[in-house]
Amino acid sequence: MDMPVRAATRASFEITVNGEARRVEVDLRTTLLDLLREHLGLTGTKKGCDHGQCGACTVLVGNRRINACLSLAIMHEGESVTTIEGVGLPGALHPMQVAFLDRDAFQCGYCTPGQICSSLGMLAEVARGEPSEVTGDLAAETIPLTDEEIRERMSGNICRCSAYPQIREAIRDVAGAPA
Amino acid sequence: MTTVADYAKPNPIHQNRQGIIGRAVDRYEGPLKVSGTAPYAYEVKPPSPPMYGVLVGAEIGCGEVIAVDDAAAAAAPGVALVWHPFNAPPHQGARGAKIYVQSLAGAEPVFASKAVTYFGQPVALVVADTLENASAAARLVRLSYNEAAERDYVFDPAKAGPARGDQESRVGDFEAAFAAAPVKVDETYTTPIQNHCQMEPCATTAWWEDDKVVVHASIQMIKQPQHLLAETLMIDRKNVRLLSRYIGGGFGGKGSVYEDFALAALAARDLGRPVKIALTRQQMFNATVHRPATVQRVRLGATTDGRLTAFALEATTHAARGEPFLERAAAFSRSLYAAPNRLTGHKLQLLDIAVASAMRAPGEAVGMLSLEEAMDELAEKLGLDPIELRLRNEPDRHPETGQPFSVRQLVECMKDGAARFGWEKRNPKPGQMRDGRWLVGLGMATAIRGNFMLPAKASMRAEADGTIRLQQGMTDIGTGSYTILAQITAETMGVPLEKVVVEIGDSGFSPAPGSGGQFGAASAGSGALAGGMALRAKLADLAIADPASPLYGASAAAVDFRDGLIAVENRSETIASLVQRLSPAGIEVEGASAPAGDARDYASHSYGAHFAEVGVDPITGEVRLRRMLGAFACGRILNEKTARSQITGGMIWGVGTALTEQNRVDPRYGSLVAQDLATYLAPVHADIANLDAYFLPEVDDKANPLGIKGVGEAGICGAGAAIANAVYNACGARVR
Repeated sequence: MDMPVRAATRASFEITVNGEARRVEVDLRTTLLDLLREHLGLTGTKKGCDHGQCGACTVLVGNRRINACLSLAIMHEGESVTTIEGVGLPGALHPMQVAFLDRDAFQCGYCTPGQICSSLGMLAEVARGEPSEVTGDLAAETIPLTDEEIRERMSGNICRCSAYPQIREAIRDVAGAPA
Repeated sequence: MTTVADYAKPNPIHQNRQGIIGRAVDRYEGPLKVSGTAPYAYEVKPPSPPMYGVLVGAEIGCGEVIAVDDAAAAAAPGVALVWHPFNAPPHQGARGAKIYVQSLAGAEPVFASKAVTYFGQPVALVVADTLENASAAARLVRLSYNEAAERDYVFDPAKAGPARGDQESRVGDFEAAFAAAPVKVDETYTTPIQNHCQMEPCATTAWWEDDKVVVHASIQMIKQPQHLLAETLMIDRKNVRLLSRYIGGGFGGKGSVYEDFALAALAARDLGRPVKIALTRQQMFNATVHRPATVQRVRLGATTDGRLTAFALEATTHAARGEPFLERAAAFSRSLYAAPNRLTGHKLQLLDIAVASAMRAPGEAVGMLSLEEAMDELAEKLGLDPIELRLRNEPDRHPETGQPFSVRQLVECMKDGAARFGWEKRNPKPGQMRDGRWLVGLGMATAIRGNFMLPAKASMRAEADGTIRLQQGMTDIGTGSYTILAQITAETMGVPLEKVVVEIGDSGFSPAPGSGGQFGAASAGSGALAGGMALRAKLADLAIADPASPLYGASAAAVDFRDGLIAVENRSETIASLVQRLSPAGIEVEGASAPAGDARDYASHSYGAHFAEVGVDPITGEVRLRRMLGAFACGRILNEKTARSQITGGMIWGVGTALTEQNRVDPRYGSLVAQDLATYLAPVHADIANLDAYFLPEVDDKANPLGIKGVGEAGICGAGAAIANAVYNACGARVR
């Protein structure tokens, strides 16, 4: 039995995007991804699956990476979101973006903003000492950033062009050799 | 007409005086892509806020829509229109109908028929003011169906019939030779349905400017879809401007257009508003195309010293009833190994499931999985190293046609790759190498993929600030078209890369064939070279005829282009100064290229050899790729960096075909079972350990004036077979 369809309930709230406090007014059903893409014109965050399966919509909330398609915009009231446009724009690219260019760590470019945001969030997770499935010593003070760690932690970001070797090289360039 | 001999004549690409050809320059459009500022089709900003279309898919696989209840959807908030087979918008309702005689493609009606020919076929469209409203309303459209009693959802090779187009090819007497062969392999291999899974779902944004429609779509080709859309909309094709500037992956799947394409244009016309429609990820599986499953029987007969005397590869596959695409899984094998008695061919079964079509390296990608495993099996029976077996069957001419090869370094790829990989460490006896809990094995396979070239044009303009602007109806689906076109333009015109502007993906530009069949660089690149040469000739003529030019009176043949200058010996001026003086608005010409008349006298292919090391867990059977190396010979490499990416990307697709990727048909509904990226397992970072590829030096001076060959599809060919052979070497289990 279908629920009767009513006019959408809307909400107005504040959200900081790429350092800028914005007041937005949206349909409560609007995902963070669609808020960014369809309302704020920030189309660098990509919609690959809309189901949290591909990682193309990865953004940073604070310094944690999330799939923007899996949360509603309203859930981020008062929070600070960084999209790829906030990471860096042509002429002032972030070192990770430069490394992606240098290593040719993308082809079609559609998963690329997600890969870059994810790699930044991933490095922050390692720096915080958060272990992954492949971390050997869970009690270790610092987690060595092995290639295996990079591959494991980046596996939520699919690249169908399959630039995986090049993406790992780019992340390695930024993060440095394993300790 | 151009001949193959012309290809080898000196030209700016062969001369490469600036060294831009081959250089590992960064992607031309890279800064836009790494910053998310390259607008893909759904992201293009229309002149006014767009409305949002959502497609509704059929819930049966075969039959017809007999009723639609659209009242709830139409009354839902924000809904502007609901279309389905009972109220299809006015457009060309006859499939393939042509209003324009010269058109390259016929109409593709939407909702013009009540027939359902596959599960998930779009049968309704809802357009609303927001994506949320459109998505919610789409769920309210109620469709009733009559499901056909007679239907075929299940691939059954026994029911396959002759395949139109490529039925059978015979040389000698295969049956007699196979019967007499002292050493034989006779095995049947199966490959499953595979899906493209481009990261960007198909999407279209359309709006009208008076009687003209502007359409941004995610498609691999420009010209044919432009014609198709004009026919469908019943308007002059000059009134269709079709753009595809940034494309989030294609792999063959965007060589077709889908319902979003015409419906966005139709709905925008009806509503007087821009409309955009994207397929959902789930719709991408059933409502676009896939690579069909195959069953392949390989029979190899050899002498005891490993010479093939009888060779057969027979492939059976399936296609949609209305669109009998043929996955020519056996075709490549006619070019690969020498054998005097040969049988290759295809059979096809028509099914009532989603449409089968081209996916990266159609034919080779799955055909090589069978043959290259069978060769491994034969090598074992003969007690020969797999490379040695292939060396003993290396042909000196095309084994079927007798054509000479343009250039073929397959042997060099195998030998050089083996040395770099450390192939000598392989123990031919399976199950002998261990690393902790892992059984470790090495495997190899060859790669071959046809090389093609199609006619292309390019317009080339010199501008007053010295910019050289290339405009071409080419696409870049991630292949690197922008980048190599910039390199070709810069080297041809003798200007630095920074002075080149490349604009592609617009039907208003000179036509090029687009991306597919790894023919893009050869075709569009040759067009760009021709455009550059035409511009050189034009600028030279202008300079030597202009008393104000230092080149005045010189012979046209003596004019050279270097360092941004037009020069004759020590007399020169900049391109910029000439343009400023004679035509400040710019000087533009169009060049055209086409395959040489005698191109078919030669067999031209890209070649490679894959080497893989895998670990197999003897308890769970889990297979992990440990390392992989590809050695390739693909003619001149235009860009070391982007070419390597193309090849390694293809190799990883091969890893996917061997280890994770498959789809299946639900026999009850005719639907593809895997309908998202959590159930269709494309490789992820963790699946790909050390994997690399490199190129042997090569110039194919019989392929095209650039001396290049395709790299976009060569990488997948044979890659999965190398993995399968490594699995056998690790644990003794054949994967067929």
